[in-house]
Amino acid sequence: MDLLPYFEALEASGPGVVIKESLWLFPVIECVHLLALALLGGAVLITDLRLLNLGLKDQPPVDLERRLHPWLLLALASLVLTGVPMFLSEAVKCFYSPPFWYKMGLLAVAILFTLTLRRRLVAAGSRPGALLSIGLWFGVAFAGRWIAFY
Amino acid sequence: MFAFFQWLEATGGSLALRESILAYPIVESTHVLSLCLFFGLIGLMDLRLLGWALPNVPVTQFTSRIQPIGVVGFAVMVISGLLLFYSGPIRAYTNIFFRVKMILIALAGLNALLFHATIFKSVGDWESATLPPPRARLAGALSLLFWSGVVVCGRMQAYKWFD
Repeated sequence: MDLLPYFEALEASGPGVVIKESLWLFPVIECVHLLALALLGGAVLITDLRLLNLGLKDQPPVDLERRLHPWLLLALASLVLTGVPMFLSEAVKCFYSPPFWYKMGLLAVAILFTLTLRRRLVAAGSRPGALLSIGLWFGVAFAGRWIAFY
Repeated sequence: MFAFFQWLEATGGSLALRESILAYPIVESTHVLSLCLFFGLIGLMDLRLLGWALPNVPVTQFTSRIQPIGVVGFAVMVISGLLLFYSGPIRAYTNIFFRVKMILIALAGLNALLFHATIFKSVGDWESATLPPPRARLAGALSLLFWSGVVVCGRMQAYKWFD
Protein backbone atom coordinates (compact mmCIF):
# COMPACT_ATOMS: atom_id res chain seq x y z
CA MET A 1 0.00 0.00 0.00
CA ASP A 2 1.35 3.38 -0.97
CA LEU A 3 0.93 5.86 1.87
CA LEU A 4 2.59 8.84 0.17
CA PRO A 5 -0.65 10.31 -1.31
CA TYR A 6 -2.14 10.39 2.21
CA PHE A 7 0.91 12.22 3.57
CA GLU A 8 0.72 14.68 0.67
CA ALA A 9 -2.96 15.28 1.42
CA LEU A 10 -2.17 15.87 5.12
CA GLU A 11 0.51 18.42 4.23
CA ALA A 12 -1.94 20.17 1.91
CA SER A 13 -4.57 20.33 4.66
CA GLY A 14 -5.59 23.65 6.25
CA PRO A 15 -3.52 23.43 9.45
CA GLY A 16 -0.51 22.05 7.57
CA VAL A 17 -0.50 24.96 5.12
CA VAL A 18 -1.07 27.62 7.81
CA ILE A 19 1.91 26.38 9.85
CA LYS A 20 4.15 25.97 6.81
CA GLU A 21 3.45 29.50 5.60
CA SER A 22 3.95 31.08 9.01
CA LEU A 23 7.40 32.26 10.02
CA TRP A 24 6.89 31.84 13.77
CA LEU A 25 4.16 29.21 14.25
CA PHE A 26 6.38 26.13 13.82
CA PRO A 27 9.14 27.38 16.19
CA VAL A 28 6.57 28.35 18.84
CA ILE A 29 4.84 24.95 18.66
CA GLU A 30 8.30 23.35 18.77
CA CYS A 31 9.12 25.20 22.03
CA VAL A 32 5.95 23.94 23.72
CA HIS A 33 6.77 20.44 22.44
CA LEU A 34 10.23 20.67 24.08
CA LEU A 35 8.90 21.99 27.40
CA ALA A 36 6.34 19.17 27.47
CA LEU A 37 9.18 16.73 26.74
CA ALA A 38 11.01 17.96 29.83
CA LEU A 39 7.88 17.47 31.95
CA LEU A 40 7.38 13.97 30.55
CA GLY A 41 11.02 13.21 31.33
CA GLY A 42 10.64 14.36 34.93
CA ALA A 43 7.34 12.54 35.49
CA VAL A 44 8.69 9.26 34.04
CA LEU A 45 12.16 9.49 35.60
CA ILE A 46 11.16 10.10 39.23
CA THR A 47 9.26 6.79 39.42
CA ASP A 48 11.76 4.82 37.30
CA LEU A 49 14.78 6.17 39.21
CA ARG A 50 13.01 5.18 42.45
CA LEU A 51 12.69 1.60 41.16
CA LEU A 52 16.44 1.72 40.49
CA ASN A 53 16.89 2.83 44.11
CA LEU A 54 17.81 6.40 43.14
CA GLY A 55 16.11 9.66 44.06
CA LEU A 56 13.06 9.64 46.34
CA LYS A 57 14.01 6.47 48.23
CA ASP A 58 11.70 7.16 51.19
CA GLN A 59 8.60 7.11 48.99
CA PRO A 60 6.78 3.93 47.89
CA PRO A 61 7.17 3.59 44.08
CA VAL A 62 3.45 2.84 43.67
CA ASP A 63 2.57 6.11 45.40
CA LEU A 64 4.99 8.11 43.20
CA GLU A 65 3.62 6.51 40.04
CA ARG A 66 0.02 7.21 41.03
CA ARG A 67 0.66 10.84 41.98
CA LEU A 68 2.79 11.58 38.93
CA HIS A 69 0.38 9.93 36.50
CA PRO A 70 -1.68 13.12 35.91
CA TRP A 71 1.55 15.04 35.12
CA LEU A 72 2.64 12.31 32.74
CA LEU A 73 -0.74 12.43 30.99
CA LEU A 74 -0.61 16.25 30.81
CA ALA A 75 2.86 16.08 29.25
CA LEU A 76 1.84 13.33 26.83
CA ALA A 77 -1.31 15.21 25.75
CA SER A 78 0.73 18.41 25.20
CA LEU A 79 3.32 16.48 23.19
CA VAL A 80 0.68 14.91 20.94
CA LEU A 81 -1.26 18.18 20.54
CA THR A 82 1.92 20.00 19.45
CA GLY A 83 3.44 17.05 17.58
CA VAL A 84 0.48 16.51 15.25
CA PRO A 85 0.48 20.09 13.85
CA MET A 86 4.25 19.96 13.32
CA PHE A 87 3.82 16.67 11.48
CA LEU A 88 1.04 18.11 9.30
CA SER A 89 3.28 20.98 8.19
CA GLU A 90 6.00 18.64 6.94
CA ALA A 91 4.23 15.30 6.40
CA VAL A 92 6.04 14.49 3.15
CA LYS A 93 9.47 15.16 4.70
CA CYS A 94 8.47 12.85 7.57
CA PHE A 95 7.38 10.18 5.07
CA TYR A 96 10.94 10.04 3.71
CA SER A 97 12.61 10.31 7.14
CA PRO A 98 13.66 6.96 8.69
CA PRO A 99 13.87 8.49 12.23
CA PHE A 100 10.20 9.53 11.92
CA TRP A 101 9.10 5.92 11.38
CA TYR A 102 11.33 4.66 14.21
CA LYS A 103 9.87 7.33 16.45
CA MET A 104 6.26 6.42 15.63
CA GLY A 105 6.93 2.72 16.19
CA LEU A 106 8.65 3.35 19.52
CA LEU A 107 5.99 5.88 20.53
CA ALA A 108 3.19 3.35 20.00
CA VAL A 109 5.05 0.79 22.14
CA ALA A 110 5.94 3.39 24.80
CA ILE A 111 2.33 4.63 25.13
CA LEU A 112 0.92 1.08 25.26
CA PHE A 113 3.55 0.06 27.82
CA THR A 114 2.98 3.13 30.00
CA LEU A 115 -0.82 2.84 30.01
CA THR A 116 -1.03 -0.93 30.48
CA LEU A 117 1.96 -2.84 31.88
CA ARG A 118 3.84 -0.11 33.72
CA ARG A 119 1.65 0.19 36.80
CA ARG A 120 1.88 -3.56 37.46
CA LEU A 121 5.66 -3.55 36.97
CA VAL A 122 5.99 -0.60 39.39
CA ALA A 123 3.87 -2.47 41.95
CA ALA A 124 6.19 -5.46 41.55
CA GLY A 125 9.23 -3.19 42.01
CA SER A 126 10.59 -4.33 38.64
CA ARG A 127 14.01 -2.87 37.78
CA PRO A 128 13.94 -4.21 34.19
CA GLY A 129 10.54 -2.49 33.88
CA ALA A 130 12.11 0.82 34.90
CA LEU A 131 14.95 0.38 32.41
CA LEU A 132 12.47 -0.52 29.66
CA SER A 133 10.40 2.58 30.46
CA ILE A 134 13.45 4.88 30.37
CA GLY A 135 14.77 3.15 27.23
CA LEU A 136 11.50 3.44 25.32
CA TRP A 137 10.98 7.15 26.04
CA PHE A 138 14.67 7.91 25.45
CA GLY A 139 14.34 6.20 22.07
CA VAL A 140 11.24 8.21 21.18
CA ALA A 141 12.90 11.52 22.07
CA PHE A 142 16.21 10.63 20.40
CA ALA A 143 14.56 9.50 17.15
CA GLY A 144 12.39 12.63 17.30
CA ARG A 145 15.41 14.90 17.37
CA TRP A 146 16.91 13.04 14.41
CA ILE A 147 13.91 13.76 12.16
CA ALA A 148 15.60 17.15 11.69
CA PHE A 149 18.85 15.51 10.51
CA TYR A 150 17.71 12.66 8.26
CA MET B 1 36.08 38.75 22.70
CA PHE B 2 35.00 38.73 19.04
CA ALA B 3 38.59 38.20 17.90
CA PHE B 4 38.96 35.26 20.25
CA PHE B 5 35.77 33.67 18.91
CA GLN B 6 37.01 34.21 15.34
CA TRP B 7 40.20 32.37 16.24
CA LEU B 8 38.19 29.63 17.99
CA GLU B 9 35.93 29.19 14.98
CA ALA B 10 38.98 28.75 12.71
CA THR B 11 40.50 25.95 14.81
CA GLY B 12 40.54 22.45 13.33
CA GLY B 13 38.31 20.94 16.03
CA SER B 14 35.59 23.54 15.53
CA LEU B 15 35.58 22.97 11.79
CA ALA B 16 35.59 19.18 12.15
CA LEU B 17 32.64 19.24 14.56
CA ARG B 18 30.73 21.76 12.44
CA GLU B 19 31.03 19.66 9.33
CA SER B 20 30.79 16.18 10.87
CA ILE B 21 27.94 13.95 9.75
CA LEU B 22 27.51 12.05 13.02
CA ALA B 23 29.27 13.90 15.84
CA TYR B 24 27.28 17.12 15.56
CA PRO B 25 23.82 15.45 15.61
CA ILE B 26 24.94 13.24 18.52
CA VAL B 27 26.14 16.24 20.56
CA GLU B 28 22.96 18.14 19.67
CA SER B 29 20.70 15.19 20.68
CA THR B 30 22.62 14.74 23.94
CA HIS B 31 22.08 18.43 24.69
CA VAL B 32 18.32 18.16 24.05
CA LEU B 33 17.81 14.85 25.88
CA SER B 34 19.69 15.92 29.01
CA LEU B 35 16.93 18.53 29.20
CA CYS B 36 14.65 15.74 30.47
CA LEU B 37 17.15 14.80 33.15
CA PHE B 38 17.86 18.37 34.18
CA PHE B 39 14.75 20.47 33.64
CA GLY B 40 12.43 17.47 34.03
CA LEU B 41 13.68 16.82 37.57
CA ILE B 42 14.33 20.44 38.62
CA GLY B 43 10.98 21.44 37.10
CA LEU B 44 9.17 18.86 39.24
CA MET B 45 11.06 20.15 42.27
CA ASP B 46 9.80 23.65 41.35
CA LEU B 47 6.26 22.27 41.04
CA ARG B 48 6.69 20.74 44.51
CA LEU B 49 7.77 24.16 45.86
CA LEU B 50 4.57 25.58 44.36
CA GLY B 51 2.59 22.85 46.14
CA TRP B 52 1.29 21.42 42.85
CA ALA B 53 3.19 18.12 42.41
CA LEU B 54 3.86 15.40 45.03
CA PRO B 55 2.69 17.63 47.94
CA ASN B 56 3.11 14.67 50.33
CA VAL B 57 6.88 14.47 49.68
CA PRO B 58 8.99 16.69 52.00
CA VAL B 59 10.85 19.42 50.09
CA THR B 60 14.14 18.30 51.67
CA GLN B 61 13.84 14.90 49.99
CA PHE B 62 13.80 16.74 46.67
CA THR B 63 16.75 18.98 47.51
CA SER B 64 18.88 16.14 48.89
CA ARG B 65 17.99 13.36 46.43
CA ILE B 66 16.50 14.78 43.23
CA GLN B 67 18.60 17.95 42.95
CA PRO B 68 21.95 16.06 42.74
CA ILE B 69 20.62 13.96 39.84
CA GLY B 70 19.41 17.16 38.20
CA VAL B 71 22.90 18.60 38.63
CA VAL B 72 24.31 15.61 36.71
CA GLY B 73 21.87 16.48 33.92
CA PHE B 74 23.03 20.11 34.11
CA ALA B 75 26.68 19.03 33.76
CA VAL B 76 25.81 17.04 30.62
CA MET B 77 23.97 20.08 29.24
CA VAL B 78 26.92 22.40 29.93
CA ILE B 79 29.48 20.05 28.37
CA SER B 80 27.38 19.35 25.26
CA GLY B 81 26.42 23.03 25.13
CA LEU B 82 30.06 24.12 25.19
CA LEU B 83 30.76 21.70 22.34
CA LEU B 84 27.85 23.14 20.34
CA PHE B 85 29.19 26.65 20.99
CA TYR B 86 32.66 25.50 19.95
CA SER B 87 31.26 24.26 16.63
CA GLY B 88 30.15 27.80 15.71
CA PRO B 89 31.21 30.52 18.17
CA ILE B 90 30.55 33.48 15.86
CA ARG B 91 27.09 32.26 14.89
CA ALA B 92 26.17 31.91 18.58
CA TYR B 93 27.88 35.11 19.73
CA THR B 94 26.03 37.25 17.20
CA ASN B 95 22.67 35.57 17.87
CA ILE B 96 20.23 37.58 20.03
CA PHE B 97 18.55 34.43 21.41
CA PHE B 98 21.92 33.06 22.53
CA ARG B 99 22.63 36.28 24.42
CA VAL B 100 19.22 36.33 26.11
CA LYS B 101 19.69 32.64 26.94
CA MET B 102 22.98 33.34 28.73
CA ILE B 103 21.34 36.13 30.76
CA LEU B 104 18.43 33.84 31.70
CA ILE B 105 20.86 31.11 32.85
CA ALA B 106 22.56 33.67 35.09
CA LEU B 107 19.17 34.78 36.47
CA ALA B 108 18.16 31.14 37.13
CA GLY B 109 21.44 30.60 38.99
CA LEU B 110 20.94 33.78 41.01
CA ASN B 111 17.38 32.70 41.88
CA ALA B 112 18.68 29.33 43.15
CA LEU B 113 21.43 31.02 45.20
CA LEU B 114 18.98 33.48 46.78
CA PHE B 115 16.53 30.63 47.54
CA HIS B 116 19.22 28.73 49.44
CA ALA B 117 20.47 31.89 51.18
CA THR B 118 17.01 32.93 52.40
CA ILE B 119 13.88 30.82 52.98
CA PHE B 120 15.70 27.47 52.59
CA LYS B 121 17.60 28.20 55.82
CA SER B 122 14.35 27.62 57.73
CA VAL B 123 13.29 24.62 55.59
CA GLY B 124 13.00 22.48 58.74
CA ASP B 125 9.92 24.50 59.68
CA TRP B 126 8.06 23.99 56.41
CA GLU B 127 9.59 21.04 54.53
CA SER B 128 6.45 18.91 54.99
CA ALA B 129 3.96 21.71 54.34
CA THR B 130 1.67 20.90 51.42
CA LEU B 131 1.88 24.56 50.46
CA PRO B 132 5.35 26.05 51.14
CA PRO B 133 5.70 29.71 52.25
CA PRO B 134 5.34 32.48 49.62
CA ARG B 135 9.12 33.11 49.32
CA ALA B 136 9.68 29.41 48.47
CA ARG B 137 6.79 29.39 46.00
CA LEU B 138 8.23 32.51 44.35
CA ALA B 139 11.60 30.74 43.94
CA GLY B 140 9.84 27.74 42.34
CA ALA B 141 7.84 29.95 39.97
CA LEU B 142 10.90 32.00 38.94
CA SER B 143 12.93 28.85 38.36
CA LEU B 144 10.21 27.45 36.06
CA LEU B 145 10.00 30.80 34.26
CA PHE B 146 13.76 31.30 33.76
CA TRP B 147 14.52 27.73 32.69
CA SER B 148 11.53 27.66 30.33
CA GLY B 149 12.91 30.85 28.83
CA VAL B 150 16.30 29.17 28.46
CA VAL B 151 14.71 26.26 26.59
CA VAL B 152 12.73 28.61 24.33
CA CYS B 153 15.78 30.78 23.53
CA GLY B 154 17.89 27.67 22.93
CA ARG B 155 15.38 26.40 20.39
CA MET B 156 14.91 29.82 18.76
CA GLN B 157 18.67 30.18 18.36
CA ALA B 158 18.41 27.86 15.36
CA TYR B 159 16.15 30.34 13.59
CA LYS B 160 18.24 33.31 12.46
CA TRP B 161 15.51 35.91 12.62
CA PHE B 162 17.43 38.96 13.75
CA ASP B 163 20.93 38.23 12.48
